Amino acid sequence: MRLERLPIAVLRTRYVPGGWDVLAFLLVFAFFVYCAQAAHGLTGSLSRLEAIPISLDPSALFGYSARTALRMLIAMVASLLFTFTYATLAAKSHRAEIILVPLLDFLQSVPILTFSITILFFLQLTPGRVAGAELASIFLIFTSQAWNMAFSFYHSLRSIPDELIEAARNFQLNPWMRFWRLEVPFAMPALIWNMMMSMSGGWFFVTVSEAISVGHTTVTLPGVGSYIALAIEQKNLGAIGWAIAAMLIVILAFDQLLFRPLIASADWFRLEQEAGFTASHTWALTMMRRSRLLRFMASGFHAMLRAGIKPVAVWGAAPPRPPSLWRSRQLDYLWYAVLILIGLAALWKTTLFVLGEVRPAEIGQVLLYGLFTLIRVAVLIALASLIWVPIGVWVGLRPRVASIAQPIAQFMAAFPANLFFPFVFSAIVLFKLSPDIWLSPLMILGTQWYILFNVIVGASAIAPDLRYASENLGVHGWLWWRRVALPAVFPFYVTGAITASGGSWNASIVAEVASWGNETLTAHGLGAYISQATGAGDFQRSVLGTVVLSLFVVVLNRTFWRPLYARAERKFRIS
Amino acid sequence: MNATPALNLAPLLDVQGVCKSFRKPDGDQLVVLEQVNLKLRPGEIVGLLGRSGSGKSTLLRQIAGLDTPTSGVVNYLGHPVLAPASGIAMVFQGFALFPWLTVLENVQLGLEAQGVAEDEMRKRSLQAIDLIGLDGFESAYPRELSGGMRQRVGFARALVVHPNILLMDEPFSALDVLTAETLRGDFLNLWGEGQLPIKAVLLVTHNIEEAVQMCDRLMIFSINPGRVIGEISVDLPQPRHAQDPRVRALIDRVYVEMTARPRGEVRTGPKERFPGTGIGTVLTHVSSNVLTGLIEAVSAPPYNGKADLPVIAEEQHLEVDELFPAAEALQLLRLAEVEGGDIRLTDAGLEFARGETDERKKLFARHLITYVPLAAHVRRVLDERASHTAPRSRFFDELEDYMAEDAAEQTLRTIVSWGRYAEAFAYDDHAQVFSLENPA
Repeated sequence: MRLERLPIAVLRTRYVPGGWDVLAFLLVFAFFVYCAQAAHGLTGSLSRLEAIPISLDPSALFGYSARTALRMLIAMVASLLFTFTYATLAAKSHRAEIILVPLLDFLQSVPILTFSITILFFLQLTPGRVAGAELASIFLIFTSQAWNMAFSFYHSLRSIPDELIEAARNFQLNPWMRFWRLEVPFAMPALIWNMMMSMSGGWFFVTVSEAISVGHTTVTLPGVGSYIALAIEQKNLGAIGWAIAAMLIVILAFDQLLFRPLIASADWFRLEQEAGFTASHTWALTMMRRSRLLRFMASGFHAMLRAGIKPVAVWGAAPPRPPSLWRSRQLDYLWYAVLILIGLAALWKTTLFVLGEVRPAEIGQVLLYGLFTLIRVAVLIALASLIWVPIGVWVGLRPRVASIAQPIAQFMAAFPANLFFPFVFSAIVLFKLSPDIWLSPLMILGTQWYILFNVIVGASAIAPDLRYASENLGVHGWLWWRRVALPAVFPFYVTGAITASGGSWNASIVAEVASWGNETLTAHGLGAYISQATGAGDFQRSVLGTVVLSLFVVVLNRTFWRPLYARAERKFRIS
Repeated sequence: MNATPALNLAPLLDVQGVCKSFRKPDGDQLVVLEQVNLKLRPGEIVGLLGRSGSGKSTLLRQIAGLDTPTSGVVNYLGHPVLAPASGIAMVFQGFALFPWLTVLENVQLGLEAQGVAEDEMRKRSLQAIDLIGLDGFESAYPRELSGGMRQRVGFARALVVHPNILLMDEPFSALDVLTAETLRGDFLNLWGEGQLPIKAVLLVTHNIEEAVQMCDRLMIFSINPGRVIGEISVDLPQPRHAQDPRVRALIDRVYVEMTARPRGEVRTGPKERFPGTGIGTVLTHVSSNVLTGLIEAVSAPPYNGKADLPVIAEEQHLEVDELFPAAEALQLLRLAEVEGGDIRLTDAGLEFARGETDERKKLFARHLITYVPLAAHVRRVLDERASHTAPRSRFFDELEDYMAEDAAEQTLRTIVSWGRYAEAFAYDDHAQVFSLENPA
């Protein structure tokens, strides 16, 4: 038996630094310095923050990117904590599930801008300090990251194969061990994919989360988002170029140092080999695996996993069962009653709050705005599908091209809409176009890529046998698309389109209002309505707009997308 | 520890009057397992033999503490099993390995859960890995292993916790014949030599040959509801070769027991020889291909219309799980009779065997409509309606009054498949509609 082939967990050799260690050490060290510097700003006072305006000097971007990246990282950690608790509770308790899952559905549809109302609350937490504003900013990023991650984790927990659950029970894994040894690893591939999507979401709204303006309260936190906001205000194209470069570097760093290694290691978590984007070899992961320093840290993690384990009783004595009253039907009904009462109270309170300021007639107006935005989303999704489905199929059938296209598309998904304002703005002014139509493409800028991603995955999953068979039968041209390619990618396409549609609704808050310097173009729509109301500190209208938007999204999901998805699954999934 | 059962020892496991039933939507009880009694003593390998749906896996899960009986009790060393117990380990049909853990980590899992010290844990795991023939594969991940090697990991993982009872849920059925044979042989060798740290084994299987080869005692289960209909002791010495006439004789005996009518059922005339009473009969899905194949095989020489079930099973490479439903379907359609481990074609069955495709279809259609009440019902409804169509849900809802949801699913699937073969009616899965017209 050769010891060096044993995994980390059982390795008990002494720690001797190796070649990869130097690199690992430098990176770990640099990370701490970076965090310390970025955190330094937290303790300062708000007035000092206001005294030092954002600078458009490119060299300032070093510090700004550090601050932005750190915020995103902290928000990501918070999102993970939220995911692990919220989704676990929803998956394990039926009583929690019936309220937590629909709640998540609604939260997912609430645009980030509406959450910025909470800034006043965060500022009050630490009066006069920057920390409160930073917390608010991190919270906003969190709201653009957490929900889809929690959803993904919940779905994974619900789909763990029965046999694995039975094995875990048979070998008496306690809940803590079961969580880390079974549930988290099983959910990992989907979760990582969603973390990447979330990160892109965070970048897309980076200006909204850093340059917060609600009514009379304006906070501009040092970061890439504020830099972009100022560059747009001052019409500084050069600065916008620098901001794009800085973003590119930070996104690349996240990709190489965080996501690539995660994807590669998640490869091991897959139950079976699935088609998809999997980079099995990355230098960062090699470094982590070969570096003894990091291995040492990993064994610490293993020790933590084991810390929660206590020896269990040897014989099959019954564990204390919860009293039957706790499981009773009556208690279920009581719980439903409580939920309904809370729901009614919330409805009553919201209605009073909104109607205190808004005339009922205006609600009709807002619904009409919702319809405008709905038309935009529908037309754009249709257009994006026409463009990206054929391209996605073409790319998906060529693994080489797919591996190049994927990181590009991922970067494009993270590209904030604001960065396109100068071009769209100039074009609209120059050609005297209607903002109602020509601002719309901004909505789908970040979200169209999900259609592309999923279609690529679907196309690369077409079984070689099917491809050979259709070639052998001489199926070509339109017939090939109709009978082979489109049915094969359809379920994947629907998944992508659902994500893209939900995202586009959220993006409407930055896409229906575009500003360049002092000028602002506005389209008629729900996004513009919410955006203006929030900017003016008009909470009643902001809440009204958000409720209507959520309603549109949730109703659309339930009546259109979900049935379509179920049909696609039944009819086209090859199993 | 040895291979000869010691009947005087106190049982490790004592299953008393275990029942399992589910509540159907209409409030009636659906019985899956009825009044099962079972004792497992040190030194024994006991086999639970039956077709799928006989509740044998359910019983195994109740013993493992993964499921609770509706009534009755499972006693392990005198204590009722209400949750997974430390002395009972299980080997799964689909291996149930954790794909993200290496072989060693998978094997260690149970010890880790018990809080065994690191050194001890490693020592015992490596021992188990050695014993089961996985030496050198400690750091491999399950996906790198073949099916047989994966199941070896499954065995090592169960053995390492030194259980008193090893439960095996069709452990060889996901493997190819040769691999299964090797693994079975290796296991029996270790067991015979007393090298395994276990006291008794409970094996669930639907493979009769495997059961006869491995077990000291067989409990035979019926379906609908699952119930013990027979018990056979196997007193042959190991190794038991499939060609050994004594083994063959035992296999025959098991077939006879399995095709016997449940006790207490009175036979009055020839009519009662055929099962199936109303539209509430659960139909197991058997492809028309298998049915035709079986008829052809039995009608051909040397059988000429009457064959021994085990012989025909071997010749046709049919597992018990396929053979019995096929034989039963033929019986239901009055194309064959099954009794005493034999299958005999009826006159219609012989006529079917002689016919060409078209004649066969016509004969099949006639028998389907005459003898399968559900098929007659579907046909009648379609004939009566002006549109000659009826939604699937119409029949599904009706069936659900008699059986569980998945049984209703299966029954409808069977009727669709047979109806299509007989060209008695058509079904559009996309629209979920039955109709009379066949697409040209």
